[in-house]
This record gives sequence, structure tokens and C-alpha cells, in this order.
Amino acid sequence: MNARLRWRKFVSGFMLAMTGVCALVSVSVLFLILGYLVYHGGTSISWNFFTKLPAPVGETGGGMANAIIGSGKLLLLAALIGVPVGFFGAIYLAEFSGSTTAFVVRYAADLLNGVPSIVIGIFAYSLVVLPFKHFSTLSGGFALGLMMIPITLRSTEEFLRSVPNALREASMALGASKWKTISSVIVPAAYRGILTAVLLAFARVAGETAPLLFTAFGNRFWSQGWNQPTAALPEMIYRYAISPYDDWHRQAWAAGLVLLGLILIINIVARAILSRGIAVPRT
Amino acid sequence: MSVNIPPIATSAAAKETSAALAMRMSISKVNFFYGAKQVLFDINMGIATNKVTSLIGPSGCGKSTLLRTLNRMHETVRGARLEGEILLDGQNILRQDVTAHRRRVGMVFQRPNPFPKSIFDNVAYGLRINGSKLPISEAVEKSLRHAALWDEVKDHLHKSAYELSGGQQQRLCIARALAVEPEVLLLDEPCSALDPISTAKIEELLVQLKDLCTIVTVTHNMQQAARISDFTAFLLIGQLIEFSPTPQLFTTPGDPRTEAYITGRFG
Amino acid sequence: MERHFEKDLNEMKERLLWMGSLAERAVHQSVHAVLDTDEQLAKRVLDEEDAINELQMEIDDRVVQLLALHQLMATDLRFVLAVSRINNDLERIGDQAVNIAQGALRILRHPRVKPYVDLPRMSELTEEMVRNALNAVVRRDVELAQSVLATDDQVDHYRDQIFRELLTYMMGDSSVVFPAFELILVAKNLERIGDHATNIAEDVIYLVQGQDIRHNVVDRR
Repeated sequence: MNARLRWRKFVSGFMLAMTGVCALVSVSVLFLILGYLVYHGGTSISWNFFTKLPAPVGETGGGMANAIIGSGKLLLLAALIGVPVGFFGAIYLAEFSGSTTAFVVRYAADLLNGVPSIVIGIFAYSLVVLPFKHFSTLSGGFALGLMMIPITLRSTEEFLRSVPNALREASMALGASKWKTISSVIVPAAYRGILTAVLLAFARVAGETAPLLFTAFGNRFWSQGWNQPTAALPEMIYRYAISPYDDWHRQAWAAGLVLLGLILIINIVARAILSRGIAVPRT
Repeated sequence: MSVNIPPIATSAAAKETSAALAMRMSISKVNFFYGAKQVLFDINMGIATNKVTSLIGPSGCGKSTLLRTLNRMHETVRGARLEGEILLDGQNILRQDVTAHRRRVGMVFQRPNPFPKSIFDNVAYGLRINGSKLPISEAVEKSLRHAALWDEVKDHLHKSAYELSGGQQQRLCIARALAVEPEVLLLDEPCSALDPISTAKIEELLVQLKDLCTIVTVTHNMQQAARISDFTAFLLIGQLIEFSPTPQLFTTPGDPRTEAYITGRFG
Repeated sequence: MERHFEKDLNEMKERLLWMGSLAERAVHQSVHAVLDTDEQLAKRVLDEEDAINELQMEIDDRVVQLLALHQLMATDLRFVLAVSRINNDLERIGDQAVNIAQGALRILRHPRVKPYVDLPRMSELTEEMVRNALNAVVRRDVELAQSVLATDDQVDHYRDQIFRELLTYMMGDSSVVFPAFELILVAKNLERIGDHATNIAEDVIYLVQGQDIRHNVVDRR
């Protein structure tokens, strides 16, 4: 075996090792973070954490019940805004539009996706907070909803497009109108993918903090209705983490763990739904 | 006195002249374009009622394109333009409401394309959209019987259509199309994705179905056209070269191009 | 699974059998026109010739269509080919019957040369060959077909016998040459009919067993 061959074998082996190490590092980061959270915040997860309001400054105990509910309300509002707009927009893109319009809309959606979340927050601030003259769940939900739109739109569009054209033809050939075809055949065929898209959008915005800082703003007590400022998990993590109190630090870790856990669960559920298969005819 | 030869009730369509036959559809002076490119040139032919008419020809000759104009499926393609007249029972189909027209002229496609629903829901789909004279379950059974599929699926109507074999799926698509009781059934190479036994079953089915509705098929397998059709049209590069009763076209074709194609000496 | 071309196959078979019955009848009538000196019978044979010829053309048409339109295989293919050949043999049998009938008309005016002894026996055998050959087609009966093949020698033997006998008569009395000669021709025609029946029997064996036994003396045993 000559030197050249030996060199090639060495390079090949080296690259295999390098790529393997990088893959390992990517995976281990997630586990590292998880490990950290569990270690630091695991002890603070208790029944109190989920049911009690934050304790007054300086006192220990207390929980994040209001933040959990607050996050829930914000996500609900975000979904009400983001999902319908994204869903019907995707239907338009996949089924009705010509290629130029489609290109423009997709490009705009991708740009919107790339807008920094804090800029979205400022936008929501000027549009909702200023006219109403106070911070509110409404403005926070609005900001998060805006962020959900491009994710929902693009993913749903992909899944709608993946439905084989043969099904559309079959439906049209039976005398169904375009809309009937979409509602009775295409959407049901793509529903798993669409559900997954929505869940993943949820997971994405559940952890957004920046826009909430000057829309929902935070609240140490229960937030009534939709027009009051509200606490949210990511926002609480921010506030507690930069505070000087140890107890609050621990609670911040716990909140981080809960948030990450929520996102992981959503991801796993989404993958499970998707793995049951998108409808594709056997050939 | 010479002896009389007893006549036989003959099945030969050649004995019937076109003039005596009723025409369910007629195609006149049809030219078809995809954008600037013309793909069908001055097509004139009739589709005889309750008979099987086959369109044959080499790839790209326009037979599928022609078939799709009959139920206006060409309108789903941007840039497709049809000139000329196509009549169904004397009325120009291009002036009718397209969804109503597609109920009268159904289509079965090359690859079976059942919906991702149950067998029952597949057949019921057209009925639920268009309305049905019979109760839906009765109409579904009737269609499945016509498609020679009932006995195989009657205990499994709520299973997914995708659990059926390829041949069964295609018969399901036929049942689905038949459910709305079309006057004409178009089949675009219905057996090309199937094995020989499924193909034979569907061919026999089509021969029986012509009592129910008029049938037009496109096939690149001209032996299939020979086996099942009453009339055959040979197309070449968008032109209708010959259109005659099947026995005549396959034994004594009029045009040398037809002869070259059917004897396999084409190209 | 029944295929729709089976209907066409059956129709073709029906027409062939009808043609066979006409041919059988032509043979019977033409021979008896000679044996019974029956002018009416002879004329009837001539009238009925057209029907046989028309059937031949119709059956040929059907054969062409079946072969062109349906990719027949195995037994179906052999059947159609056999029908095509039997068709021709039946038409020739009809022609031979016509020849016999014409001979009958020509002998009418002449007195009988001699009592007919061998001719009736030969004609019976020949008719039986035709009948059995056709039955063998219907029933696809190889044994029956082989019995037809076996009978051919006897028919040939009769022809030779009749020829020798009539030759003696002709040498003895020149006035009987004309009718005697016609009788020899009749015997020849009957022998040819026997040969055609043999052909039909060979076609049946080809149809059933896929063996082509024409021109092969050995396999006949």
C-alpha cells in the first residue's frame, strides 16, 4: 500500500471522526441544557409552584400559577390570530394563487419570520398598547399571533402541496367545486401535517420573551380579562433571573424546566402524529 | 328452392352502420392549444351511445388530451384553450355549468386514486355532493355491484380504501364514478398500472358496463382496444387519422399509417 | 372467468356445425340421386350449394376477426385454426357432392350398367366418415377421429374395386362406356369426400392434442 493510499485512508477516517464528534456535540447540547435545568430547578418543582402566586419580594415560597395561566391565555390568543390567518392563507397559496402572487406572499412570509421578535413587540406596542393606554394580554397575544402566522402559513402550505394532485383531479372529475375539493378531500388528507404545523408554531412562540416585555409586561397577581398586563413564563424567567434573590433564581430554573418540558412534549406529540403517516395512496 | 341459412343474433358491431347509431356525444372542428402550442388539429368524430369507443395512438398523439376535453378537465390547466364544439345530447358542453357537466361525464384515471377515506365514503362522495335519488347506502351498494366489487368488500365497507389491492382500488374508482350515474364514462388508460388478471377483470367489466353508459377509453395497448371496443379512433400527432368499427380497423385499416401502427412497424 | 370472446367462438362453432350438416346432407342426397336415379334430388343438391359457399365465407370472416381482435392462445388458437381448415374441407365436400349430382343428371337417360352393390356400401361408409368426423369436432373426440382415419383405407379399396369392375364392363360393351365412366367418376368423388373427412379428423386431433399428424402415416395406427 503506497503513501498516497495511506494518506487518503487517514483523511477519510479523520473526517468520519470529526463529523461524528460534531453530531455528538449537537445532541449533547440539548441534554446538557436539560441536565442543567433539572439539576438547578428540579427541586423547586412542587405543587406550590403550579398553584401559588408569586410571594412578596424577599419572601420564599410562592409559585408561578399566574404566569402559567398567563402563558396559556397568551397562546390561546396567539392561536386565534395566527392559526386561521396562516391556515387560510396557506390554502390560498396552495390552491388558488398564480406563481407570481405565490412567490410574493411566500417571500413576505419568510421575511416576516425573520423579523426580530423584539421588533414585533414594538409593533404590537404601538398598535395595541398605545391606543388602549396600557399593557395587556391582548397586545401580547397579538404579538405572538403575528409570529405564528408565517410558521403556520409555510408549513401548512407545504403539507397541502404534498397531497397528490391525483386526488384533486378525482374530486373535480366527480363534479365537486374547487372549495368542496379543498374542504372534503385536500384538508382532511393533510390534516396530520397541518396539526403538526400548528403545534410546532405553538412550541416556537411559547418561549418568546422579548415581545412580551412591553406588551404583556408582567404582573405579580392574577390578570383579569384581556386588557390587563399579565405574567408569562418566559417573562418571569427574565425577571427572576436578573433579580438578587436565590429563591427567585431557583424558581427561574424551575420555570425554564417547565417551559422546556412543554416544548419537548409538543415536539414529541407532533412527530408522533406525523409518523402515523400523511395520506398517500399505495401504488 | 335454396336452403335458408338461419340467422344468428350477432354481436359484430361491423354489421351496424354508423348512420343508424345514436351518437351520445359529437366532436366537431376541435382544435386544442396549450398556450401557443397546438396539440389537436381539426378533430371530428362521434361517440356512439352505449358502445365502447377507444382512442389509440403512439405517445404524445393527443389521445389523453382529447379525452380530457370531453369532461372539461382541460380547464384545470392554465393556458389550455379549446376551439370548436363538443356536444352532449345535442348541447354544447362548453356552455353548461362545469360541475353539472362533470356529473354527466365521469372519469377514471390511469393510476387508481381513491380518497384517503373508507370504501363507503369514497363511493358516497359524489352522491353527497350532487345529491342522490336513492338512500346513500343503497346507491353505494348498487355502484359497487356494477363495478363487480361488492362481494369482495361488502363486509369491509368502513375500511380504508388504501387497504385494497391495485385492481380493487381501480374498480373502486369505477364504482365511485358510476355512483352519480353518468351518461358517459371516460377511462384514461385504466389498466396500465395493473397486473394482467386485474386488467382482464376490468376489461370484462367495461364490456358489461356499456349497457349502463357510453364508454370512451384511451389506451396505449391497442390489443386492449381490439378486445373490448366497438369503435376505434387512431390518432397521430394530434390528428385523427382513422375512425372505424373496431373489426374493420384491425383487419383492413384504410390508412397506411394506421396499418403501420397496428402491425407494430411504426417508427 | 368467462371472457366475452367466448360468445364469438361459440357462434363460429355453431355456424361450422350447421355447414357440416348441410354438407352431410348434400353427400347423402347426391349419392341417392345416383343410386335411385332421382332427378329432383340431384337438382336440390345443386340449389343448396350456394348456402354452403356463403357459410364458408362467413366463417372465414369470423376466423379473421377472432384472430385479429383477440389474442387467442393455446386451445382457443388451435380451435380457430382448425375451424379455418375444416371450413375449407367442408366446402370441398360440398363441391364433390355437386360433382356427384351433376354426374347423376348425366346418367339419367342411360340404363343402369349393373346392379349397384359396391357403390351403396362405399357411399354408406363415406357418409359415416363425414358424420363421425363432424361428431368428433363437436365432442373433441380423438378416438372417433382415429376411427375415421382407419376407415379411409376401406373406402379407397372400394374405389379400386368399383374401378376394376366397371373397367371390365366397359371393355366388354362399348355402349356402356359413358355411364360406366360417370360411375367411376362418382366413385372417385366419394373417395375424395372420404379424404376430406380424413382431413377433418386430423384437424380434430391437432385441436385436441396439439399434434400435427398430417402426412405422417405412422402416427395413424
